[in-house]
Amino acid sequence: MSTPLLELKGVTKAFPGVVANDTIDLSIAEGEIHALLGENGAGKSTLVKIIYGYYSADAGDMSWLGEAVKVSSPAHARQIGIGMVFQHFSLFDALSVRENIELAIAAGKTGDELSEDIIEISTTYGLGLDPERDVFSLSVGERQRVEIVRCLLQSPKLLIMDEPTSVLTPQEADNLFEVLRKLADQGCAVLYISHKLEEIRRLCHHATILRHGKVVAQCDPTKEDTRSLAEMMIGKTLKPPAYELKQTGAEKLVVRNLSRNAETERSISLSDISFDVCEGEIFGIAGVAGNGQTELMEMLSGEILADDDSVISIDGVACGRRGVRARRQLGAAIVPEERLGHGAVGSMSLVENAFLGGHRRFNLTRGLWMNYANARKFAQQTCDDYDVRHAGIQVDAGSLSGGNLQKFLIGREILQEPLVMLASQPTWGVDAGSQLAIHKALLDLAARGTAVLVISQDLDELLELCNRVAVMFAGKLSEPHQVADLSAEKIGLLMGGAELESAKGVANAH
Amino acid sequence: MAAITTIELVLLTVISAATPLLLAATGELVVERSGVLNLGVEGMMLVGAVSAFIVMLTTGSWALGIVAGAAAGVIMSMLFGVLTLFFLANQVASGLALTLFGIGVSSLLGIPFIGLPIDKLPALDLPLLGDIPILGPLIFGQDFLIYFSVLMIVVVHWFLFRTRSGLILRAVGESHDAAHSIGYSVIKIRFLAVMFGGAMAGLGGAFLSLSYTPMWVEQMTAGRGWIALALVVFATWKPGRVLIGAYLFGSVTILQLHLQGLGVQLPAQILSMLPYLVTILVLVLISRNAARVKLSAPGCLGQIFHPHS
Repeated sequence: MSTPLLELKGVTKAFPGVVANDTIDLSIAEGEIHALLGENGAGKSTLVKIIYGYYSADAGDMSWLGEAVKVSSPAHARQIGIGMVFQHFSLFDALSVRENIELAIAAGKTGDELSEDIIEISTTYGLGLDPERDVFSLSVGERQRVEIVRCLLQSPKLLIMDEPTSVLTPQEADNLFEVLRKLADQGCAVLYISHKLEEIRRLCHHATILRHGKVVAQCDPTKEDTRSLAEMMIGKTLKPPAYELKQTGAEKLVVRNLSRNAETERSISLSDISFDVCEGEIFGIAGVAGNGQTELMEMLSGEILADDDSVISIDGVACGRRGVRARRQLGAAIVPEERLGHGAVGSMSLVENAFLGGHRRFNLTRGLWMNYANARKFAQQTCDDYDVRHAGIQVDAGSLSGGNLQKFLIGREILQEPLVMLASQPTWGVDAGSQLAIHKALLDLAARGTAVLVISQDLDELLELCNRVAVMFAGKLSEPHQVADLSAEKIGLLMGGAELESAKGVANAH
Repeated sequence: MAAITTIELVLLTVISAATPLLLAATGELVVERSGVLNLGVEGMMLVGAVSAFIVMLTTGSWALGIVAGAAAGVIMSMLFGVLTLFFLANQVASGLALTLFGIGVSSLLGIPFIGLPIDKLPALDLPLLGDIPILGPLIFGQDFLIYFSVLMIVVVHWFLFRTRSGLILRAVGESHDAAHSIGYSVIKIRFLAVMFGGAMAGLGGAFLSLSYTPMWVEQMTAGRGWIALALVVFATWKPGRVLIGAYLFGSVTILQLHLQGLGVQLPAQILSMLPYLVTILVLVLISRNAARVKLSAPGCLGQIFHPHS
């Protein structure tokens, strides 16, 4: 066997209170698509950040093309041919796509020349991008494309991808897999981190599984099934939740002819959106990021008010002109897409965040004062009931991993026993274990009679959770379909807008 | 003829009043674009003014005086840079402290020099061109620092928006974590920007003590450092608008003098307030549109950068 492209031996990295990586060995061959699997907190991110030179390891050796190397910085990593697409994007909001890319590549092409390259590479790989757009106006999905194109422009020998498909449609994901296979055929290795086990089985040649900072297994994922992969990762036997669809009841959330004009040329207009979510039902809205889901969620939550009260009703009360607090008092609970900054205040403790979200319904105030004891109890209960792993309820919300913070936010809302639950991208960038816990929590909630709305780009998630699914494309919502009549492929086509019109036509004909 | 001379005189004084603001604000603009808020402009200007004056008086060299002003500003700014970038001190507190420190140091250094007269920084006389009526003295009869202040606006604009280094500087100000993750040295870039800001503030001070009123008076900047800070916001962090703003605020200062001269019964304090009122107005206007705020203000302005956290 030839020399591996990258080899790690005994890599160890400790942070105060936790050993994130414990004597890890890893070997990646040229042209190999290598999966790195593990729950959040298993040490995947730390490991790839060591490879990418963002952290330096406490102990252990790394060799690149057979020679010992110490990657001192991300710039050094890029120089020797390692590129990385981060899970949390390292983009500059106020700069254009081209400027963002220019910053990350070695000095060379600039301006129009670079724009041409961007357009060329993004069309080759089917990642539509306008180089002159400002990044702040892009959706999450589009931002990821910027990151991918940015890496590809540097023709790396090893491409690290941290959960790259979580924001893509199945067709786009297939497209990306084609790209990755093409790159692999040309000898570029890919280190692929994902919690979507099915994907790893389809794409990767080899998998290394981490648990609690240690390598627990190596396998050929094509020879395993998703169940066995997940069990290796979590270290225990999984029982997927099996629920029968309950008969659904009265409409709790009614949306009628909701429209919204785009405020800027970059936001999406919503046109004539109508749907109902019934008691005990989980209603899914699918769609590629940037088709108006963010705009819709803002209107449903009350951050942006409608022109007319009758557009949105919660539990029979028209509230289109009423704000977030009024809607929450009517029984709505909201889990926004952005966990930090929208769902939680990152620099405040879990107790304070619990207070902010729940003080009205749980009476956490005493006159003008905070009832700190009760707030603490509420935060503790949320963490206990929803398995939020934390270093104490006094830690900043921002220090929690994505999965744990999301469990906290969902728990905080669910404990308030809402009539209507609005959740946007509830499992985006969340590890498999937390994802399962969140799904179970939402299914339990619906079983208790809450009307649940889930906006998500993860089709498997919607197909698993929902009774009915509608698809958003270019600010329009398709007719809802019973999940039993749908397949991932069919929704995928709807998400591309291909069948929206004809689907509408058929639905109207009934 | 007399009317023309008056207009000419007014315009000349406007240019003089605008130049220290322009110099200091151009420096601060670059500093803020890199994500650092240095409220010590007033202090750096004062130390620049006194240093330039002392060196000019003792050596008799204009050039050395100007260089001393810039160097003093740089030293002051490095103090600020070390505190905020290496010891991660709060930028607002450190900037205010720098101003108070600058007031004290400049007063102390300047005691032996109070009231000593020097000649005004000479105009760069351009033969022939300077003789053109009206336009001649206005455009071609100014001193070095005035030309330099306008030139720097062009240079800074070109640097920020046309060069790779400028793009990197803006990127660091926009998101230091992202810049760090793709391998730029946030601290180094910010330190250089802070030093540039110090040099420009020092030059602004030097212009005051060498040209505007060629002598040393305690606290002679009289709040110009604060106006320069306000100007950067007024200009929404764009060099071209700093130029317009500096001349606008300079005119207001002069207007105030002339109105008093003409016996208009308007309290001088009201006019002194104008630049700040206009700045608040501009802030309100740009805040109305969230997207515009996002595009205008550097994303990490005033935030401390902790590497590897």
